[in-house]
Amino acid sequence: MDISNYLYLSIILFTIGAVGVVIRRNAIVVFMCVELMLNAANLAFVTFARINGNLDGQVASFFTMVVAACEVVVGLAIIVTIYRSRRSASVDDASLLKR
Amino acid sequence: MLNLALEAGRTHTPEAVLFWFLAPLAVAAALGMLLVKKAVHSALLLAWVMISLAIIYIAQDALFLGIVQIVVYTGAVMMLFLFILMLVGVDSSDSLKETIKGQRPAIIFVSVGLIGLFLSLLGRATIGIPAVGLKNANTNGNVQGLASELFTKYVWAFEVVSALLITAALGAMVLAHSQKSKSKFAQRDQAIARFRGKSLATAAGLPSSGVYARHNAVDVPALLPDGTAAKLSISQTLDARGDMIESKVFELKEREQEED
Repeated sequence: MDISNYLYLSIILFTIGAVGVVIRRNAIVVFMCVELMLNAANLAFVTFARINGNLDGQVASFFTMVVAACEVVVGLAIIVTIYRSRRSASVDDASLLKR
Repeated sequence: MLNLALEAGRTHTPEAVLFWFLAPLAVAAALGMLLVKKAVHSALLLAWVMISLAIIYIAQDALFLGIVQIVVYTGAVMMLFLFILMLVGVDSSDSLKETIKGQRPAIIFVSVGLIGLFLSLLGRATIGIPAVGLKNANTNGNVQGLASELFTKYVWAFEVVSALLITAALGAMVLAHSQKSKSKFAQRDQAIARFRGKSLATAAGLPSSGVYARHNAVDVPALLPDGTAAKLSISQTLDARGDMIESKVFELKEREQEED
């Protein structure tokens, strides 16, 4: 098996995540799709680290995980705040700036 | 430890078997995440994708990242997601109907373009470069190698990331904190409201259940002087649930029949 198959898997997962961000309406599912995209990028980092024979890619992947954890904490807090005031977790309902 | 070395940029058979077992399942789970209706099912499918990615990391000589992936992602992040899902409401299954007209065909078109874009990037990044493998980099162990990178070359990034974590924790606290806009309706306020109300009939408190009725259980309403039931004497919850028992049930009928 060629090692670039991992990169193809990463591309497919990233694209699925990107599609999910656009088509799903539930804010929590949208966030999960963002996580999927971050994970796909991590897989690419790990594979490139292996291709290049050094650990820089793995360190980058580690930092991505930390940033993803921060993003989840703040993002979910925002979702809970919006849900508390609007009783809905749908991204279509959070459209106050439009009106 | 797994020692799956590379031979001229190609992996050995066990790793290929592992990949062809995990990759289709991961892609299927990711697609399922898009298509299932309930958010909880999406979360579980995403947890499966993350676990299979962790196994793939370990197979790719990234032992530390594989473990961190399981502990941080499937352990902490997904549990946080499920926690918020339970808080917001498990039944909040969103409709899969498209709200913007023509969005679905457009996004399929765009995603094919996105894949093409990535493939062209990948071609530039990989073609003609033989894969080296991590055998040399991992000679002292993967964790030790990562640690020496992290605390020498990337120590500034490490410090910045710690600041980011603290900021995120503070941000979550600020966002989750809700300030009360008015003070609580306490016992004193209730007493004042009772005496300032329209009628003083309930100023001394509501009647207790079962008074002058044939039975003194909490679900039997008190009887008014004219013999009708006083609905105020029992809890509104019991009334709403239909658990109220009319005291007529307990009337003694046998004696009346004997007298007749």
